[in-house]
Amino acid sequence: MLSRTADNLYWLARYVERAEYLARILETTYRLTALPLNYIGASNEWESAVATAGCAGAFFATYEEANEETVTEFLAFSAANPSSIRSCFETARINARAVRTALTIEMWDTINSAWLELQKWGNGPRSREEFARFLRWVQESSLRFDGSAYRTMLRNDAYWFSRLGVYMERADNTARILDVKYHLLLPAHENVGGALDYFQWSAILRSVSALTAYHWVYRENLKPWRIADLLILRDEMPRSLASCYENLVQNLDRIAGAYGRQGNSQRQARIVRTKLQNSRIEEIFQSGLHEFIDEFVENNNQLGTAIAQQYLM
Amino acid sequence: MFDEMGGNEGSVRPAYVELSRWLKEVPPDVLDFRRREAELFFRRLGITFAVYGDPEAQERLIPFDIIPRILAQSEWQLLQRGLEQRVKAINAYVKDAYGRREILRAGVVPEDLVFQNPVFRPEMSGQKVPHDIYVHVAGIDVVRVDPNDFYVLEDNARTPSGVSYMLENREIMLRLFPELFSRYRVAPVENYPDELLATLKSIAPPTASAEPNVVLLTPGIYNSAYYEHSFLADKLGIELVEGRDLAVKDDIVYMRTTEGLKRVDVIYRRIDDDFLDPLVFRPDSALGVAGLMSAYQAGNVTLANAVGTGIADDKAVYSYMPEIIKFFLGEEPLLKNVPTWRCRETDHLAYVLDNLEELVVKEVHGSGGYGMLIGPKSDKASIAAFRAKLKSEPKNFVAQPTLALSTCPTCVEEGIAPRHVDLRPFVLAGRDRVRTIPGGLTRVALKRGSLVVNSSQGGGTKDTWVLAG
Repeated sequence: MLSRTADNLYWLARYVERAEYLARILETTYRLTALPLNYIGASNEWESAVATAGCAGAFFATYEEANEETVTEFLAFSAANPSSIRSCFETARINARAVRTALTIEMWDTINSAWLELQKWGNGPRSREEFARFLRWVQESSLRFDGSAYRTMLRNDAYWFSRLGVYMERADNTARILDVKYHLLLPAHENVGGALDYFQWSAILRSVSALTAYHWVYRENLKPWRIADLLILRDEMPRSLASCYENLVQNLDRIAGAYGRQGNSQRQARIVRTKLQNSRIEEIFQSGLHEFIDEFVENNNQLGTAIAQQYLM
Repeated sequence: MFDEMGGNEGSVRPAYVELSRWLKEVPPDVLDFRRREAELFFRRLGITFAVYGDPEAQERLIPFDIIPRILAQSEWQLLQRGLEQRVKAINAYVKDAYGRREILRAGVVPEDLVFQNPVFRPEMSGQKVPHDIYVHVAGIDVVRVDPNDFYVLEDNARTPSGVSYMLENREIMLRLFPELFSRYRVAPVENYPDELLATLKSIAPPTASAEPNVVLLTPGIYNSAYYEHSFLADKLGIELVEGRDLAVKDDIVYMRTTEGLKRVDVIYRRIDDDFLDPLVFRPDSALGVAGLMSAYQAGNVTLANAVGTGIADDKAVYSYMPEIIKFFLGEEPLLKNVPTWRCRETDHLAYVLDNLEELVVKEVHGSGGYGMLIGPKSDKASIAAFRAKLKSEPKNFVAQPTLALSTCPTCVEEGIAPRHVDLRPFVLAGRDRVRTIPGGLTRVALKRGSLVVNSSQGGGTKDTWVLAG
């Protein structure tokens, strides 16, 4: 298939996934800030939301202060922010139009309807209640897109490249949450925390839709090292780094199989997966959670570059 | 005034009898409901077009009218033979203009119409193209003013568009009005993509394999016809490429794929000559492929349509088409030409200036209904302004009488009312034969009395039915 087509499919999936992630961050932040101050401490959750979305630099170039109004505007509706929910859907649709022929009608319909619906929201909702509905709608659109891809696409390179986009974006997002919030998970925090940290921890889990999963996997109260374990190492958790890499390796292997050729991206993905498979959470904490995440982010970026060089240009 | 359904006297013409009966039977709210369904369908599919210079409406739907335009088999037969004749003559003319130039030496067409023509491509002089076919896909705009004659209004020999509407309009009609199709035997149009692919494969260069790699080259998603490009690529099962997807090495064209470079044999290009190759044409073009012309001239890739076919379809050459048909085919033209005054000629210009209020004046290289004057519909000021333009550059204009285009019943605000229509059938010319698909794109001027059917000027479309014999 055309490299540009593969590139578009890959980014289309990334942007839809990113929109969903942004919606989760915003939802979680609203939840946290609705709590009385003494439950969440003095930290500015809106500032934290911008950092978790990975666009603090761009945000503070435009706004003085991170608060409900500015962050909502920037992360959800800003046309100037290329990673706002609005921009994600718009870019996704541009990508989708460019590869109309590689999409099933159901996928196109989902993206196109989402984009048409977005026009109705204009420059933002009129109330919190409306905004909550908006955020749920964003997540539903992403689910619908993912579901229609899963159920209607031929299992060929087009499908595999779009999957690569989903898992690269997920790995990136989960790593970023960990990067911004890692200090909340450090052992030193455990005793001082109490109720205060409980809500922060549950917020982390909510951002990657893993709160219920946590209880099913561990069957106990929230413990920071278990949260790290769940988000980094547990295969069964769909947004964990380990699960993302399991899927990345699988899809890259399918592409290599179909094309009869392996390359840097296959090698790079396997190296990272092996490292995740061989790690235990105790060791990660011993040698430094932050260092581990930093290294992962760098490796993950290298994989992105390898995929681009090998297939997308 | 001739109406496709009511004729001249208002008695329903045979092909429309069933439709007329059906329109009387079906309750207005049902029609209205299905009309809205059709619009929803088109919008969801994303069948939109862009209007240049209108940022508010970058993507607009072309209004679709649910009442079909019907042609009897006998009418189609005449039209079909006329269209095939015309496209054969156009191909012979382009070949001659870039080759032996006999028609110029015979004095039938003035030389400067070729050599001074801004779309004349000197690079094509003496250039061989596979099987001497230059125009592989043509869209010939025809209109009628009475039951007996079809007039060609315009030849489109470069990159005619609209065929996706022909196909989608039929698709939506089949979905919305199955009962109407059970009353008629309508010739199918859905094989157009197959015929197009067969045509494109038939003109592959001799170096190509038995299964030539055919691609469709689009300017990209911001082009007004992008939907059609992606639609066709999908139906043909070929890659939809942009300039940046192609690369030329040693005069061979390749496309960049996830498995490396892959050779390209035939390019169905939907981008203008000017933008094809920045090394030869416009150097600022980011849409084309550097080196493409050189590969083309080496005979390693076929472009459809060929480069330089614009010399056959501007409005000045148009006026010579009857003579061109006689010169190359030795036949009388089956389709009429609208009488045309060439403002480049002094006596013609004098007549046009004296009769501006009654004429339609068009730019020789204009299209899309832009830059024209419809005398009877214009006020004094715009006529005066046009008169000045005409005097300063008479060569750029031709004039025609204002035709009373036929009308066809159409769903509008006030109910069902007659609106003016034209018809763009599509003609394919391949190695083996010329193919026409029984149907075409009927465009309709939705404003009462308006004669401008162009989609960029508020026109709509209809499904076009050719009845089986």
